[in-house]
Amino acid sequence: FPGLADVSISQDIPVEGEITVPVGSHSPDEDYSTLDEPVRDTIMRDLKAVGKKFVHVMYPRKSSALLRDWDLWGPLVLCVSLALMLQGGSADSKDDGGPQFAEVFVIIWFGAVVITLNSKLLGGTISFFQSLCVLGYCVLPLTVAMLVCRLVLLAGAGTISFIIRLIVVVAMFGWSTLASTAFLADSQPPNRKALVVYPIFLFYFVISWMILTFTPQ
Amino acid sequence: MAAADDLKFQEFDDAANLLAANPDATTISIDEPVEIPKNQHSRLQEPGREEDDELLGTDDSDKTELLAGQKKSAPFWTFEYYQTFFDVDTYQVLDRIKGSVFPVPGKNFVRLYIRSNPDLYGPFWICATLVFTIAVSGNLSNFFIHLGKPTYHYVPEFRKVSIAATTIYAYAWLVPLALWGFLMWRNSKVMNIVSYSFLEIVCVYGYSLFIYIPTAILWIIPQKVVRWVLVVFSLCLSGSVLVMTFWPAVRDDNRRIALATVGTILLLHALLAVGCLAYFFDAPELDFPAPIIPAHNGTTVTTKSH
Repeated sequence: FPGLADVSISQDIPVEGEITVPVGSHSPDEDYSTLDEPVRDTIMRDLKAVGKKFVHVMYPRKSSALLRDWDLWGPLVLCVSLALMLQGGSADSKDDGGPQFAEVFVIIWFGAVVITLNSKLLGGTISFFQSLCVLGYCVLPLTVAMLVCRLVLLAGAGTISFIIRLIVVVAMFGWSTLASTAFLADSQPPNRKALVVYPIFLFYFVISWMILTFTPQ
Repeated sequence: MAAADDLKFQEFDDAANLLAANPDATTISIDEPVEIPKNQHSRLQEPGREEDDELLGTDDSDKTELLAGQKKSAPFWTFEYYQTFFDVDTYQVLDRIKGSVFPVPGKNFVRLYIRSNPDLYGPFWICATLVFTIAVSGNLSNFFIHLGKPTYHYVPEFRKVSIAATTIYAYAWLVPLALWGFLMWRNSKVMNIVSYSFLEIVCVYGYSLFIYIPTAILWIIPQKVVRWVLVVFSLCLSGSVLVMTFWPAVRDDNRRIALATVGTILLLHALLAVGCLAYFFDAPELDFPAPIIPAHNGTTVTTKSH
């Protein structure tokens, strides 16, 4: 550039400024990896996610939060608490009693896996863990029913308590099935919906049967 | 006049040949999965398939015959391979269940309903339902039978679920395996027109177990006569479906072997029903009237049998 050959900067004009370019959305917390945060924050974040999903199950709306951010903590907690509450059933011999802890665990997890495989084989578009997550979280009404049943059984084991337990279990069974169907039905091909919903119905029916037939010693 | 020629049936060539003969003809391609154009296309392609025409059943029969050669092309370690065994719609499953409960005389269940599209959905879930139905019904029936007795304490009998599961899944998968092996062996000796693949046999057995689900529910009624009538009735229905399916596969064989095969099929089916009834359902006891004990001073005292 011939015209600029004469330009020179005099010594007394200071040249100063920031050399780094600030990026707007780059907040310092992004670098602040979760390794450094207090343990309380870590635990509370997961607990809040689990709690939000519990609320979604109890009031099933057509929201995709349950599906998008799946986690298996909730199903694990529900499964373990349900299996624990089903302990202590009466048995004259080991062969005749209610389901053991391992049996409840296996039924719930193996049943959920089989139902998920079934829906995927029939052409469903939901991912494996999302479906496990939904099926596990929808056990929540039945866990509540188990809690109510145990409380009612503390008061007595007669016919009235049985009728109360029957009504509670049937209502919660319906709630579970409707909640899981509401979340899972959209991902199925339209002419196979009944084929996918029926195993879910069977699954929650078996769990409800285990809850209803629980008799304490 | 060409009117008479217009009424005569004309053989149509393949669409590709037609297009090659007349490249300027307008063509329509239909993309959405509509059943009817495919049916017409396949009928045009196979005009000589007359032996199965009277056995045509559902709409998808022609399509599945066409696709039979292309179906299981995925290698067995991929997920798509197993998806081909679940390629059924709701109405197809319901039709197959209906066909297993109401046997149409002379019609073959496999030809009519399965038609080279055997599915594993029906056998698997019918067996699962049957397992839990038998366990729950047995438990309920025992509860009602022993209800009034003072020494009776209700137990859920959960162990019986695993026993029921083992029995029913073994019956629904091992017996077809044995039967398939036996039929393959006989096929190598005697040329049979009809031969079934292993999955088709599993399908027939799975769907034939469906009748036992309402039977198991009705077995809750604690009357011996009712239970045995139900056994005979359900055995007749599903047994006839099995017989009509497998008789064409063995009838060209030695007479005694054919009869022995069909007899074994029926015997095993009956054993399953009777075994489940005997093991899971306690025998209903007869209630005897209360004995009248004459007291010493002439008045009678009756004791209540409570």
